[in-house]
Amino acid sequence: MKKNLITKGLSLLTAAAMTFSLAACGGAGGAGSAQDSSGSAQDSSGSAQESAGGAQESAGGASSANSGTEGSVLNIWCWNDEFQGRFNDYYPEVKEVASDKSTTTLNDGTIVKWTINPNKDNNYQNKLDEALLGQENAAADDKIDIYLIEADYALKYVDSDYSMPIADLGITEADLSDQYQYTKDIASIGGVQKGTTWQATPGLFAYRRSIAKDVLGTDDPAEVQKALADWDKFNAVAEQAAAKGYKMLSGYDDSYRTFSNNVSSPWVDGSTIVVDPNIVKWIDQTKTYTDKGYNNKTTLWDDAWAADQGPKGKVFGFFYSTWGINFTLLGNSLETPEAEGGKAEAGNGIYGDYAVCQGPQPYYWGGTWICAATGTDNPATVKDIMLKLTCNKDIMKQITLDTQDYTNTMSGMKEIAGSDFKSDFLGGQNHIALFSEVAPTIDMSNAGPYDQGLNESIQTAFKDYYDGVVDMETAKKNFFTSAKEKYPDLTDIKWP
Amino acid sequence: MHSQTAEKVRKALVYIILALLTFLCLFFFYILIINSTRNNFEIQKGFSFLPGGSFGQNLTNVLNDANIPVLSGIWNSLIVSTLSAILATYFSALTAYGLYAYRFRFRKAAFVFILLIMTMPTQVSALGFVNLITSVKLDDSLIPLFLPSIAAPAVFYFMYSYMESNLPMELVEAARMDGSGEFRTFNSIVLPLMKPAIAVQAIFTFVTAWNNYFMPALLISSNDKKTLPILIASLRSADFLKFDMGKVYMLITIAIVPIIIVYILLSRFIVAGVTLGGVKE
Amino acid sequence: MKEAVPKKSKAAVDYSKWGYIFIAPFFIAFLIFQLIPLVSTFYYSFFEYYRSGLKVVGPNFVGLQNFVELFNSDLLKYLGNTLILWIAGFLPQIVISLLLAAWFTDIRLKLKGQRFFKTVIYMPNLIMASAFSMLFFALFSDNGPVNSFLISSGITTEPIRFLSTVWGSRGLIALMNFLMWFGNTTILLMAAIMGINPSLFEAAELDGCTPRQVFFEVTLPLIRPILVYVFITSMIGGLQMFDVPQILTNGEGSPDRMSTTLIMFLNNHLFSKNYGMAGAVSVVLFIICAILCIVVYFSLNSDHGKKKGGR
Repeated sequence: MKKNLITKGLSLLTAAAMTFSLAACGGAGGAGSAQDSSGSAQDSSGSAQESAGGAQESAGGASSANSGTEGSVLNIWCWNDEFQGRFNDYYPEVKEVASDKSTTTLNDGTIVKWTINPNKDNNYQNKLDEALLGQENAAADDKIDIYLIEADYALKYVDSDYSMPIADLGITEADLSDQYQYTKDIASIGGVQKGTTWQATPGLFAYRRSIAKDVLGTDDPAEVQKALADWDKFNAVAEQAAAKGYKMLSGYDDSYRTFSNNVSSPWVDGSTIVVDPNIVKWIDQTKTYTDKGYNNKTTLWDDAWAADQGPKGKVFGFFYSTWGINFTLLGNSLETPEAEGGKAEAGNGIYGDYAVCQGPQPYYWGGTWICAATGTDNPATVKDIMLKLTCNKDIMKQITLDTQDYTNTMSGMKEIAGSDFKSDFLGGQNHIALFSEVAPTIDMSNAGPYDQGLNESIQTAFKDYYDGVVDMETAKKNFFTSAKEKYPDLTDIKWP
Repeated sequence: MHSQTAEKVRKALVYIILALLTFLCLFFFYILIINSTRNNFEIQKGFSFLPGGSFGQNLTNVLNDANIPVLSGIWNSLIVSTLSAILATYFSALTAYGLYAYRFRFRKAAFVFILLIMTMPTQVSALGFVNLITSVKLDDSLIPLFLPSIAAPAVFYFMYSYMESNLPMELVEAARMDGSGEFRTFNSIVLPLMKPAIAVQAIFTFVTAWNNYFMPALLISSNDKKTLPILIASLRSADFLKFDMGKVYMLITIAIVPIIIVYILLSRFIVAGVTLGGVKE
Repeated sequence: MKEAVPKKSKAAVDYSKWGYIFIAPFFIAFLIFQLIPLVSTFYYSFFEYYRSGLKVVGPNFVGLQNFVELFNSDLLKYLGNTLILWIAGFLPQIVISLLLAAWFTDIRLKLKGQRFFKTVIYMPNLIMASAFSMLFFALFSDNGPVNSFLISSGITTEPIRFLSTVWGSRGLIALMNFLMWFGNTTILLMAAIMGINPSLFEAAELDGCTPRQVFFEVTLPLIRPILVYVFITSMIGGLQMFDVPQILTNGEGSPDRMSTTLIMFLNNHLFSKNYGMAGAVSVVLFIICAILCIVVYFSLNSDHGKKKGGR
């Protein structure tokens, strides 16, 4: 019996070893074609073009009638139902939505199959990666056609063979001309754009009118902007505010994005982490703020941070993006929540006490990009979805009017900005106008594939430094340790 | 007289400590339920010991979210957890009995081997497991979530320890005298004697499987196969328009109710099982 | 019966094949679902094999390089963290659990509401670790109820930032582990004590033993196998400690990585799909666990197999 068991075990093991070495071969093959990260840009665009040749062919053939060569199932992968909602509500070809929302049927009979994996513990990316790596061997109807990505890790997918240049789908620069440049930069590698988005998410500084009046003597957005126009002025106001018993910012990371969006070079050069002087400026500023009591030592999204935005808050202002103001900030500002019978109107909490200005530096926060997966069997449909949902001004404007989502159409947003639109929550200010001024100035040409991991690592490592648990050197060391764990290919670090 | 006062003091002390621990244990359920009656902004803003007015709203929000199939989630979780508990306890008891009641050449080696593998954390083999399951096309299926429970070293070890202190071999021998086959002896004599141990381990296995997020999240993609922890994680990764802690707490509350029921059912069974065992002995 | 009695005695029926049959399902399931993945994990510890983005690097055979790198990292720090966190949670847990188990089974105490208490103590374990730590966050946040209580009762003037200090976060992790597991341990010990023949307690009581004596002279020695079980499983659980510190510190083991446990360290490598380093950590982890467990098992159970079992 024992012998049996052992032989059985051995044969199983051999089988397993074979499976694994096969899997390894497949992986190695993929790596071989992709080369190392530095040389990959050209290489991948080259090979992508090759494969895209075929795509274009089929796209050309299909554009006349959405049938024939197109696959019958369109697989879309995402991490929540945000895009699903936009798609079902605004894509003109939608015929019907299944009662459990797991599929959407299009007019030409194509079934859109939604695969939604929560992103907790990186689960979404884990599964997406496995599926993409297995894409080549998947049956046509199981191949991923569209997947969504977020800005922070966009380049991981953009800088790979697994995303198609949108030009190869037949989307032209003219189609994209009304989109904000930074939204194209984030999804581009070596000048080749591989994803497109319906959102633009410029950021602003939302401040408390009452506190501004007390500290600066005015609550007029133009005047306040003058007082906060660069970091030196911003710091000076922080000192004034502290003298009156206010905090300038709530937490350590509140201002992080304004610094990290304005770096002079990407995070990584070859295999060396290059810490940008602007990041060091964030470290120094935040340490000073913490030691002098200019901030409240909170963390983004935690209870204390949210409470700081409410009626009891003593914080001068918050860096917030398009989506945050009418939902998060408004909800946090009310004394009696709407669900409890409170009304979103002046008199309830600090409704009406916020206003927005551009702040010291332009930046963005958030956003979701649509990518076409290499190997898709529905290129014409994918193209049509991208065109309708990210380039069609009428649809985009409608999305903004219906949902207050700030959309990626410069002229459309200008039209809304120029209207008599105003926000009662912001004391009558037209914040869309301000957003549309800021958005074109955002420069994301220095985004890179390591942004997500390194941004998180540096925030975590230096939180201990601000808290006084470790000194500067230890924080730097912890940052590098964590960075190496996340990206084994990074071997060096350079501080300015 | 003196010892009676001492006894009273001791009793009072015992009750005080028990009351304290009870408070600590139930407190979290209380907050959980309170939070399920509050809406997102109230929860974000801080803590409250008083219920809010959003219970009905949260409940309808959760039940009407087509992307969060609560009922099939409960059903899937029930299947996985129940089968895990049954497989783990039955086969562990069987294995323990095999090593306890029989003397064979590799008995000791097998025992040490199981002890050794008990020390392996699940994370160690997780990625290999996922590769294996994917290569045999069992991903997005509930089977790999419960079938591996057949080999549950910790449950085995507990069963073995329990047999060491509570299963007299004389009983087994008596059954053999009566001409009972080995499997029948195990199923009709040994298993009933093991009831307390089985109930205890069944609860543990059930709860672990019920709350497991790590492995199901790696394997399951289809909405109709998702278990409750995946659904809760889905709610927590909702976009800013729909992000709603009230909904999250409501779903956690919903997820906790079945497990409390199972727990209370099984905990009665432990007591009954113990009495049974005692009489027989 | 046959096999138990030294081999020569009687021949007749040989039961030993049943032993193999009974343990077969376990070993088959183990081979398929655990050993295969495990072997591949160990195998890759000798390779450079990771993902950079979506690009797969390796596998290239590098010999022991991963292990060299591992021992040059903070491995010992994480081992220390793990042991500290385990002991900080285990000590109160075993003391309270033994006390409770003794009280619940003490016929002289005649505790009222036993069933209620027994049911309640296990309940924290029913809450998902992630939900549990969400609640802990809320409770111990800077403006949470614990701090407002501490401030209003004059114990402190400034809020205590629990999760920003090493001992604050370690303490909370230990407290959570204690709360989640003391009920479990109590139930195990109770099941063991209730398995003891009640006549033994009656006899002890007739002999005039105090509760303390009964506990130390009768109960403890008789539940030794289960105690060893509790100790070993808790030690294994402690060495494998992951979800509570992972969730409570957002996966960072903060502050200063002083709450990073071995498995969190392993998880960091798994997260980046670094099969090589993850394999190396797994091997080292396995060796540490195995040595500790075997030592503990055989030192506590030196007379194992002689007294009981199939005769």
